[in-house]
Amino acid sequence: MTGTELFMVRSNPGVDPFVAVWQWEIPLYLFLGGLVGGIMLISSVTELAWPRRWERRFSFWGSLLGIVFLSAGMLALFLDLAHRWYSFRFYLTFQPTSPMSWGAWILLLAYPVLILRAAGSMSDEFRAALNGKVPLLGFVDWLRSVAARHWRTLQIMGVAVGIGLGTYTGILLQTLVARPFWSTGLLGPLFLSSGVAGAAALFLLLRPAAGSRPVLVRWVMGALLFEATLMTLFFIEKSGGLAVDRAAALLVLAGPYTGSFISLEVFAGILVPLLMMGYALRKNLSPGRLAPTLVLIGGISLRFLMVSVGQLSNFNL
Amino acid sequence: MAGKKRLVMTVDTRRCVGCSACVVACKTENGVPLGCTRDWIVEETTGRIPNLSMELRSTRCNHCDNPGCVAACPTGASHVNEGGAILVTHHKCSGCKACMAACPYDARYVHPEGYVDKCTFCLHRTSEGGLPACVGVCPTKALSFGDLNDPGSDVSRSLKERRHKVLHPETGMDPNLYFLV
Repeated sequence: MTGTELFMVRSNPGVDPFVAVWQWEIPLYLFLGGLVGGIMLISSVTELAWPRRWERRFSFWGSLLGIVFLSAGMLALFLDLAHRWYSFRFYLTFQPTSPMSWGAWILLLAYPVLILRAAGSMSDEFRAALNGKVPLLGFVDWLRSVAARHWRTLQIMGVAVGIGLGTYTGILLQTLVARPFWSTGLLGPLFLSSGVAGAAALFLLLRPAAGSRPVLVRWVMGALLFEATLMTLFFIEKSGGLAVDRAAALLVLAGPYTGSFISLEVFAGILVPLLMMGYALRKNLSPGRLAPTLVLIGGISLRFLMVSVGQLSNFNL
Repeated sequence: MAGKKRLVMTVDTRRCVGCSACVVACKTENGVPLGCTRDWIVEETTGRIPNLSMELRSTRCNHCDNPGCVAACPTGASHVNEGGAILVTHHKCSGCKACMAACPYDARYVHPEGYVDKCTFCLHRTSEGGLPACVGVCPTKALSFGDLNDPGSDVSRSLKERRHKVLHPETGMDPNLYFLV
């Protein structure tokens, strides 16, 4: 058989024998970013469209959790940087061709929206409980009044920033055309749908009332079905693409990542939660804690899988 | 474009013997840290026994006309310098490594001081009329460097007269490292 063998005298760290420049920090950041995007999108859309089927406390706790997750994600991003004390450079410029630059500014935009949404959805009881315990309550009251005045605008901003945050995490990888596995426009919507599923699953873990439960279960199921469709299209596209695309797809479909993909992503992350939630919805039961937890595990597995496989794929067949 | 420099390098794969003198010269000239390298040797064997052919090539950053690394850089540290050389401004680089993931040639590495580093075409030498260290030291004269927009330059003549190729043209990066075959 005719073949080609490459022998290379190079051993740069993080590059050889294959590119592994991003470890656990970036997938974790992508997951948390997507989750926060999903939280903002779901709570804003539901506040606007179905306010009677929505518990305002979800907007409050979702926004607070969003701030915590976003900060944790940014910490992971900071830990990944090799030149950490130069991270301020992200905010001294805007590079329109770099999704990472877009992301840095979107993250900055997400904080005020989350803070205002948290203030605006804070219950009077919670506010009263803060008396004497927390400083700057006057500022909190001012934020509450601002949020109350602009509540609808805040929801619209929540939708926009949520979509931006959830989608950009996928686009960030997609634009790195040197890695064939990532070269597809499906990654943005795929990560967004996974983020939405994860966020709805997180809300289900916050013990929703019987009235709002079906809405959240439908959010999870809809997002998971959309994610499964996009993933199917992703592998159809890769399998029918150029030789480098097919080689990249084989890493997941018949290679070192097949086991973890099938078990963690397909079964645990999508199929089992879909079946459990479908059953719960039909019987008007609570989906419990297992199904939402599996959705979150599937979401984080997806980011780890995508980042790891993408770095392995290249143009050296 | 007339009047504007377009710096390119050619590697004569019929002359390269893979001695690694270019690698050592680059490391010495640029103080490249231990365990890292800005240029390297690739040995590509193709065919079927007993009809095998081997190509040796000295490889480095391709200083592309359409560089994915520059597009991916969130801080503007990676940029296109005069003549088309791709450089990294160390004090602007946050070490996010997006440029490393964006490079199909895997030509970049993280310097132990935190910034991303790569071949500069030895601009500190070439801007003063000298040759890149790797070109200057090559014992078989396999490497050439010059302005492709200058019809009288060695690289212009070689690329007119010889068959040549670039690596991974399908990426659309339009590389400026040519291999004479």
